[in-house]
Amino acid sequence: MSAGHHHALYLPGDTPVHRLPPQCKLIAAMGFAVAVVATPREAWGAFGLDVLLLAVVAAVGRIPPALVLRRMVVEVPFVLFAVAIPFIGLGERIEVLGVSLSLPGLWAAWNILAKATLGVVASILLAATTEPRMMLLGAERLRLPALLVQIAMFMLRYMSVILDQARRMRIARESRGFVARDIRQAPVLARSAGALFIRSYERGERVHLAMLSRGYTGQMPVIDDLPASWRQWSAAAVLPALALMTAVVARSLA
Amino acid sequence: MTPGSDSGTAVSLQVSGLAYAYPDGTQALFGVDLTITRGERVALLGPNGAGKTTLVMHLNGILTAGHGTVEVAGLPVRADTLREIRRRVGLVFQDPDDQLFMPTVREDVAFGPANLGVRGADLERRVTHALDRVGMLEAANRPPHHLSFGQRRRVAVATVLAMEPEILVLDEPSSNLDPASRRELAQILKNLDVTVLMVTHDLPYALELCERSLILSQGVIAADGATRSLLADDELLAAHRLELPYGFAPSAHPR
Repeated sequence: MSAGHHHALYLPGDTPVHRLPPQCKLIAAMGFAVAVVATPREAWGAFGLDVLLLAVVAAVGRIPPALVLRRMVVEVPFVLFAVAIPFIGLGERIEVLGVSLSLPGLWAAWNILAKATLGVVASILLAATTEPRMMLLGAERLRLPALLVQIAMFMLRYMSVILDQARRMRIARESRGFVARDIRQAPVLARSAGALFIRSYERGERVHLAMLSRGYTGQMPVIDDLPASWRQWSAAAVLPALALMTAVVARSLA
Repeated sequence: MTPGSDSGTAVSLQVSGLAYAYPDGTQALFGVDLTITRGERVALLGPNGAGKTTLVMHLNGILTAGHGTVEVAGLPVRADTLREIRRRVGLVFQDPDDQLFMPTVREDVAFGPANLGVRGADLERRVTHALDRVGMLEAANRPPHHLSFGQRRRVAVATVLAMEPEILVLDEPSSNLDPASRRELAQILKNLDVTVLMVTHDLPYALELCERSLILSQGVIAADGATRSLLADDELLAAHRLELPYGFAPSAHPR
């Protein structure tokens, strides 16, 4: 049961990275991503430095490298796209192991891969050290549109309820001899999905009534203050600041 | 009946001549009259489709009366009184998953009072007190979907208690509970010092918890009296599609 008590992406811990207020970490991750994107693609050393920065964050947050590598799988579709560019790219071509590749294409692929990877690793670290619900509280403090934050909050809360309902419907189908073999069974599944949608929609209405009954006026009340001190903000700023400095130096040298 | 709360029997809830038709024209309530005095525990009995839920929706102004009035401790339910009405009437819904929508139990219990503007230590005190009254204090920091169904129902009661309501309205409180959870909830409800209106078709539960019962049938109050004598009247029960469980005799259950 204990495994189910935390969200799959979150790695419980009590390190300085875990303890930082979520709004600081969100801004830091975003600032880091912007700095990486602003780094010229020819600056190999700068990207090396960025990797080093993330490694330090991971070490402080006690995130095992293997876990980060495993989660980088989400980037695969992106990688496939990037790998195709050197083959289909135009311009000057070079021979690598007997295959003709486009030089600008290679640069473009490298550019995409390097920057996307750094961004993905930064978000993996953010997700591993911040509980999803804290992330939403942080987003709220950053004055993200309240409606979007509330929608995300309800998704977090009701995901398991809806999945459970879907599972019960599947068991009920199968108990009556249904087996999804090929496309001919699609209409049944489509109707199940429709029923699930209607049930979820009706639940939404009931939840709204329950909220109104307890004085909801369209605004989520602030229950927990999430104060962030200047020290915490400056601690969080170290990562994007160093990445930005790296980018600026790399640009001036280029 | 004299209005006013100067006597010892202050009125918690007064419904008079309440009629309501749904927008599609289906008439659900045909003039409901009832009075509940402070501190009473009353059961509202009725078969499915009798209009119980429709009536409950009127008590805190989610539906507004087509005809007639609802007053909570003297305050009429109107558009401009909704905020105070919703503080005074604590509605506990049938499915706790509808009621518990915040990421943790503590935040959920805090939602109501926070909407009323309670903050800080005051809010913390109310949350702790409400959870303590339903015996769920140790679950404060857990997400609601990791609790058992009975625990979720108890937390749902706490979310409403935290608003310090004048009257607690429970919609089918015993549904889907196993016997142990059912007994635990009954003990909690008995120990609360608030007015309770309990909507149910679980007749033994009504007998256990409520001195007085009302029967709502076809949109009107068909009977109002001591639970024990209503449940002993077989003809009355049969006329309103109410049935005791097999082998259950109200006379064999002394209070």
